[in-house]
Amino acid sequence: MIMDYVAEILQGSPLAVSRVITWLENEDERARVLMKEIYSHTGNAYLLGITGSPGTGKSTLTDGVTWQFRNKGQTVGIVAVDPSSPFTGGALLGDRIRMTRHSEDPGVFMRSMATRGYLGGLAQFTRGAVKVLDASGKNYVIIETVGVGQDEVDVMRVADTTCVVLVPGLGDVIQSMKAGIMEIADIYVINKYDQPGADQLYSEVQFRVNQDASIKDRAWVPPVIRTVAVEGKGEDDLIEAIAAHRTYLEQSGKLLEKRRERTREETLQMIHHELFRIIRARLAENSRIESMVEKIMDHELSPYNVVEEVVGEWLPPAK
Amino acid sequence: MAEKKIKIIVAKPGLDGHDRGAKLLSRIFAEAGMEVVYTGLRQTPEMIVEAALQEDADVVGLSSLSGVHNYFFPKVVELLKAKKLANVLVVGGGIIPLEDIPELKKAGIAEIFGPGTSTEVIVDFIRSNVKAK
Repeated sequence: MIMDYVAEILQGSPLAVSRVITWLENEDERARVLMKEIYSHTGNAYLLGITGSPGTGKSTLTDGVTWQFRNKGQTVGIVAVDPSSPFTGGALLGDRIRMTRHSEDPGVFMRSMATRGYLGGLAQFTRGAVKVLDASGKNYVIIETVGVGQDEVDVMRVADTTCVVLVPGLGDVIQSMKAGIMEIADIYVINKYDQPGADQLYSEVQFRVNQDASIKDRAWVPPVIRTVAVEGKGEDDLIEAIAAHRTYLEQSGKLLEKRRERTREETLQMIHHELFRIIRARLAENSRIESMVEKIMDHELSPYNVVEEVVGEWLPPAK
Repeated sequence: MAEKKIKIIVAKPGLDGHDRGAKLLSRIFAEAGMEVVYTGLRQTPEMIVEAALQEDADVVGLSSLSGVHNYFFPKVVELLKAKKLANVLVVGGGIIPLEDIPELKKAGIAEIFGPGTSTEVIVDFIRSNVKAK
């Protein structure tokens, strides 16, 4: 049965793609079997990340970019992430509302994902979902993050091109000089450019870009694109900038470098996650973890001792 | 395996623009721990079913206050079946005359919740009627 799903995904069946993403999210064993089979068919899609604070227009821009790609005959997969409640685990996923014009287009597959407590701007299995869409033959996969603060930068480790969306009115020039989100842009997008303060923001971001150019040796200087996403204004400039960045990455060999780095990091993360999953399950047997916690609380043991003990049980000592 | 979440599409089929109820229920489902995809106003049955397909929804909740339920609700069920999504639970709510309910249920809508239904009843019904995938 799993092999049927593999064939269907490679043929682009939305039903199979959709179900496998659910299995990934639920950490269903079937997902792993399947991902092993489809992995060799990934790496063909170009991955575009769109990030920015809540309400900056990420979904509307995603919709516009998708529209432009479709007009060029390109197929598009979208994974849009929204936050889960830390209290109830529930989520209100609202990104689809901005994308209804694509809902009956077979060339577009859009999936909403809740973070389920995962930090960094994405959900834990967003990368997996991107791979499924990639293997299903989509030319572009767009990853839209949750509304981020300053430090949720995981998207740059998933996307080939990262767009950081800004809007006027969120801070002065110092904000745009800080580390974190402002550093990860391959392209800056200033959306809601019809709002007051847009010109000032534009010059502040340009100021940062120029500073960067004189501090670091950078072959790619991030362009600053001005858009009014609800009116579709600036979409074509954005598409051009994305294409230019892609050409730069491909011709400089940076794309391979980026993807190699990503593969390394992803593999390490997957090992980390799997080891942790196994060890946590075993520690839960006979409530062993609970008795450890009690001993730590009573100052009989420190967590450092416990870590040594537990890791020592499963792994040979490091040389 | 991680805990499974119930994924529900909340949709307003047709041209009816009254979505206070649908928005409130979206919040209530999220508070109940479900993952809720709110699709917004003016959805065709085709759009709703495509959303259910791409989101791999367990449940589709339809809200109508303008009297279009007799056409739209069964149409959604029919299209779900055509897309091999017969397992998706379909429930409806809004202003639905009592005499329409038997026909809607015959057409495959699992339950209709009228005005004043306690939200607990709705959440419990969904929890006990979703099917495994």
